[in-house]
Amino acid sequence: MSSVALELSDVKKSYGQKAAINRLSFAVRPGECFGLLGPNGAGKSTIARMILGMVRPDAGKITVLGEPVPARARLARMRIGVVPQFDNLEPEFTVRENLLVFGRYFGMSERKIKAVAPELLDFARLEGKADARVRELSGGMKRRLTLARALINDPDLLVMDEPTTGLDPHARHLIWERLRVLLARGKTILLATHFMEEAERLCDRLCVLEYGRKIAEGEPHILIEREIGCDVVEIYGGDPQELCALIRPHARRVEISGETLFCYAPHPDQVSAKLHGRPGLRLLQRPPNLEDVFLRLTGREMEDA
Amino acid sequence: MLEGYATAMPANAYNWIAVWRRNYLAWRKVAVASLLGNLADPMTNLFGLGFGLGAIVGRVEGTSYIAFLAAGMVATSAMTSATFETIYAASGRMNVQRTWQGMLCTQLTLGDILLGELAWAASKAVLAGTAIAIVAATLGYAAWSFLLYGLPAIALSGFVFASLAMVAVSLAPSHDYFVFYQTLIVTPMVFLCGAVFPVTQLPAALQDVAGLLPLTQSVDLIRPMMLGHEGGSAAFHIGALCLYAVLPFLLSAVLLRRRLMS
Repeated sequence: MSSVALELSDVKKSYGQKAAINRLSFAVRPGECFGLLGPNGAGKSTIARMILGMVRPDAGKITVLGEPVPARARLARMRIGVVPQFDNLEPEFTVRENLLVFGRYFGMSERKIKAVAPELLDFARLEGKADARVRELSGGMKRRLTLARALINDPDLLVMDEPTTGLDPHARHLIWERLRVLLARGKTILLATHFMEEAERLCDRLCVLEYGRKIAEGEPHILIEREIGCDVVEIYGGDPQELCALIRPHARRVEISGETLFCYAPHPDQVSAKLHGRPGLRLLQRPPNLEDVFLRLTGREMEDA
Repeated sequence: MLEGYATAMPANAYNWIAVWRRNYLAWRKVAVASLLGNLADPMTNLFGLGFGLGAIVGRVEGTSYIAFLAAGMVATSAMTSATFETIYAASGRMNVQRTWQGMLCTQLTLGDILLGELAWAASKAVLAGTAIAIVAATLGYAAWSFLLYGLPAIALSGFVFASLAMVAVSLAPSHDYFVFYQTLIVTPMVFLCGAVFPVTQLPAALQDVAGLLPLTQSVDLIRPMMLGHEGGSAAFHIGALCLYAVLPFLLSAVLLRRRLMS
């Protein structure tokens, strides 16, 4: 197998005057989970569509599973499974029929599809639901069916766009657990998400995007260590400006975001001591995470960015 | 650049079948209601106009008015069922249900999807046209043999009007605009193209326009077959219909590629 499953080099795409993707390069190794992390509008979905050959870049080169894209995107898609951002299951069809119809799109015979379907339903924890109509399924089940459907052609690469957005925590954890099983089986995953916890849990490496540009790339814990490297104290309540002046001597860096003060402090206890006894303040001390990295790099929070 | 249009063309001769089968499976679940809904309208027209007007009109072009009308209704119902299937059902699968988006993630191309949708709409046209032909043949207004060799003519007509409707879908900014295609193009053709009265009743200038319209080609191909007449110009009509099937198909593929894949 080639040492690169997916590669973008110097890719550009503009819509009118607006640059959607700006000189983006990254490479994904086989068997790796690579994250595209960024707020809505950062270009994640455009990148996913480019990889599938649905969007033609204005400049740059894309290679997917050894095929140049979009020129030979159809051949690449034969070995890709897609979990799209918006559900496009067939609501009037049963679970089984959804797999059947989708398998046919890949040119699979009915016999072949029927042979692989039970295993896929087991994998998606949908055993016993084969004859249920999709409209009767819960949100989590629908997502797992979408995942099973994406595996029908036994793909080498999975392209996932916000796979757990809108799911409750239980359903979300189940999807994450299933994705780890797929990684253990050697599948490559490209995971577009704005969900920090998801990226941190699953991704071997990720790139942080803003306005179609790459602003950081690396392994999550290394990025966190490099960009933050100390504990964080979140401070709610009080006047952020005043508090900021007060604690600055004890902090490596202070960020104000909305009504919250983020204090990056090598010795958090000094910060709490300094603020001790001030009424109406709530302090939360925690290890740094990707959200802090994003805030650090862009000066903005991810969710409402 | 040309290579970019490959995605808008069918990848091979059989990929479209998977799309057709998806629509067939969906249709099978609602077949009875769908058949009744699709057939009630042309049957009402056939018997309402045929018996009511027929009594006043008498014979038309050497045959009873209802027999004349039955041939027109076969072509017209092929047109309306293929048109409706495309502008409402297929466009819904494209825009609302995101069915096409799912298909585009597989090895299907946009051209495969379009071909499958058009073939499906043509199949529904065959269903509607054949049902009327069966009724007409049972009542003695059409030759039974028409059911054998008339089917390809109905299917071709269905493909033509599905293909034209797909251009309307690709040009319409939203589904609110489909009604214009229906009322300004499809409905006038019923009266301009010799479906309910002979084209010769029209003013000379309109007759020339009517001669170019696809429904005229379809009516002029189907009616002689149904009435068991010699149709000397069949090859010409088939050729014209083939152009009306292929050119709009290519145009809609190019237009939809721009809309869905940029």
